[in-house]
Amino acid sequence: MTSTAAGQTPAGGPGGASPPIDSPSSWPLVDRAGYYAAWVAGLALIAIAGSILVYMAVKGAQYFDLGLLTESPTADLDQSKAGGFKDPLIGTALLTVMAVAIAAPLGVAIAVWLTEYGRPAGLARAVESGIEVVAGTPSIVLAIFGLLVFQNQLLAPFSFEAEGDAVFGRSFIAAACMMSLIALPLVVGATREALNAIPGHVREASYALGKTKAATIRRVLLPAVRPGIGTGTALGMGRVAGDTAIVIVLLGGTLQITRGSDDVFGLFRGTGSTLTSYVYLNSPAGEGQAPEKAYFAAFVLLLVVVALNFAVTRIARGRKEAAWTR
Amino acid sequence: MDSLSPPEERDERDVILTPPPPVRRILVDREPQAVAPPPNGQRPQPGGAAVGSSPVRRPDPSLGPKVERMRADDVRIAYGAKEAVRGVTIPVRQGEVLALIGPSGCGKTTLLRSFNRLVEITPTASRTGVISLDGEDIDTLEVTALRRRVSMVFQQPNPFPMSIFDNVAYALREQGSGRPGKAELLPDVRDALQRAGLWDEVGDTLDHPALRLSGGQQQRLCIGRALAARPEVLLLDEPCSALDPRSTQVIEELILRLRDDVAIAIVTHNMQQALRVADQVGFMYLGELVEYGPADQVFGQPREVRTREYVGGAFG
Repeated sequence: MTSTAAGQTPAGGPGGASPPIDSPSSWPLVDRAGYYAAWVAGLALIAIAGSILVYMAVKGAQYFDLGLLTESPTADLDQSKAGGFKDPLIGTALLTVMAVAIAAPLGVAIAVWLTEYGRPAGLARAVESGIEVVAGTPSIVLAIFGLLVFQNQLLAPFSFEAEGDAVFGRSFIAAACMMSLIALPLVVGATREALNAIPGHVREASYALGKTKAATIRRVLLPAVRPGIGTGTALGMGRVAGDTAIVIVLLGGTLQITRGSDDVFGLFRGTGSTLTSYVYLNSPAGEGQAPEKAYFAAFVLLLVVVALNFAVTRIARGRKEAAWTR
Repeated sequence: MDSLSPPEERDERDVILTPPPPVRRILVDREPQAVAPPPNGQRPQPGGAAVGSSPVRRPDPSLGPKVERMRADDVRIAYGAKEAVRGVTIPVRQGEVLALIGPSGCGKTTLLRSFNRLVEITPTASRTGVISLDGEDIDTLEVTALRRRVSMVFQQPNPFPMSIFDNVAYALREQGSGRPGKAELLPDVRDALQRAGLWDEVGDTLDHPALRLSGGQQQRLCIGRALAARPEVLLLDEPCSALDPRSTQVIEELILRLRDDVAIAIVTHNMQQALRVADQVGFMYLGELVEYGPADQVFGQPREVRTREYVGGAFG
């Protein structure tokens, strides 16, 4: 091993022996400027992230009131008596779970098709472009498009009909469907990446045992990419929980959860709100004019999203254990 | 355990040889005899100078008759317009090990992959000629059934990301049948791991993830997995090229133990390895089978100039 160690020692550059080769003081001015700029950028990012967290934590603590978490919002001229945000909290959870329940299976299926089949090549390219378009579409555009779709007479069962057969087009189902398009590209991306990371000879090993492609996907590939699917899903949940436009347009704008019908689907056909729309409506920009509630709700939302992001990191770390020989 | 030999073995080897350098993969192909003596315990000749008296095992006459299990007849394989295998005719027999040697890109792996029709998954590949398994044209067999009878181990150890038990059980579970339980499969899993020489090391930890095993253990697990469905033919595609010398030795011994149960064809870049494990050697060059014959003849008195140059060059 000594020969290897000797081989790694730099053989002394043209500048002579003295300063270690990685000391910035010996670099040209441009390189040094870039180096320090990179440092400043990194530190600035930490400062920004830190100040958001600290600011929201201080404001959240200032207006800390556990009661808000368990009270439904009520209609009251005096906002200080207008209840808490139990319904928006449930709304966020419900919408996130519904959206991911749509996006995860769909996204995994798309990713598997793209990496394991992907033929004809033209169709595969079209699917890829489709995902990019969906990923690049602003959520307000998705929201308006969703409204257009769900106000169609044929889709009346997914929201509810007002008198005169006017389809309302706003419901948890409508919002979740459009929200799933936000999560979908993330699930597809993470799953594809994980599938691509599996060396081809692992698939061949399965075929060589007399297994079909379907069995290989089901028993070998999908279990192997579970952490990737988890990563994509958790990222998608974070994005869904944080989106506002679709909620404002498609969830119906009622702060309280309002059932759309009396049957079991009433909740899903009904309208409601989420933490994001609650924050918006109670902020000085909205109608509520209760910034203290907005701040606390925003703090709770931030905690939810940060927690999801930490989950992503943890899942992604677990993935490294399954390392194949390439 | 494979990268660090147990102390007692190291001591033993220190007596015979100068201590091996720290195990580095790159050394495997260059000087395997420095740390991996041939299985018969004979000391290798330094530099392999005297090929005539080389430690090739003579086929043991007490073994049963050699049974031809597979046969390639005038097989041609092309990737698009590029011909990779040009009219090769070669038998694979049980009771002897067939080694395919030759420089990179000479078509030996392609030929091997045609034996279990794995070459078909390359979209551009096309094949002519007949390959038969026990007299049946393999093209007439159902491909999944064929691959259960003609198993394969790859260059890279590739256990699936599941437990040791499940890796072997995966090979045992029939397509579409109900999933037999663990207790039902255990005897067969145990048998496969014993044949692969891995049971003593992993018998107590069958539920551990297979990817935590060492490289050599992983490769033996892959061999066990390939043996689980009781194949008639075992194809080995450079099975030791990613392993350290100690693991290589273990696997070579395993190959010799297995050759009476199953017909074995091994592709190798490593001529010392071919010399140690093979009874019959096929030397391929640019897609042609230049020479085929008993190992000591191919290495000792090659008939063809190209064989002599390749074998001679590699032996220095």
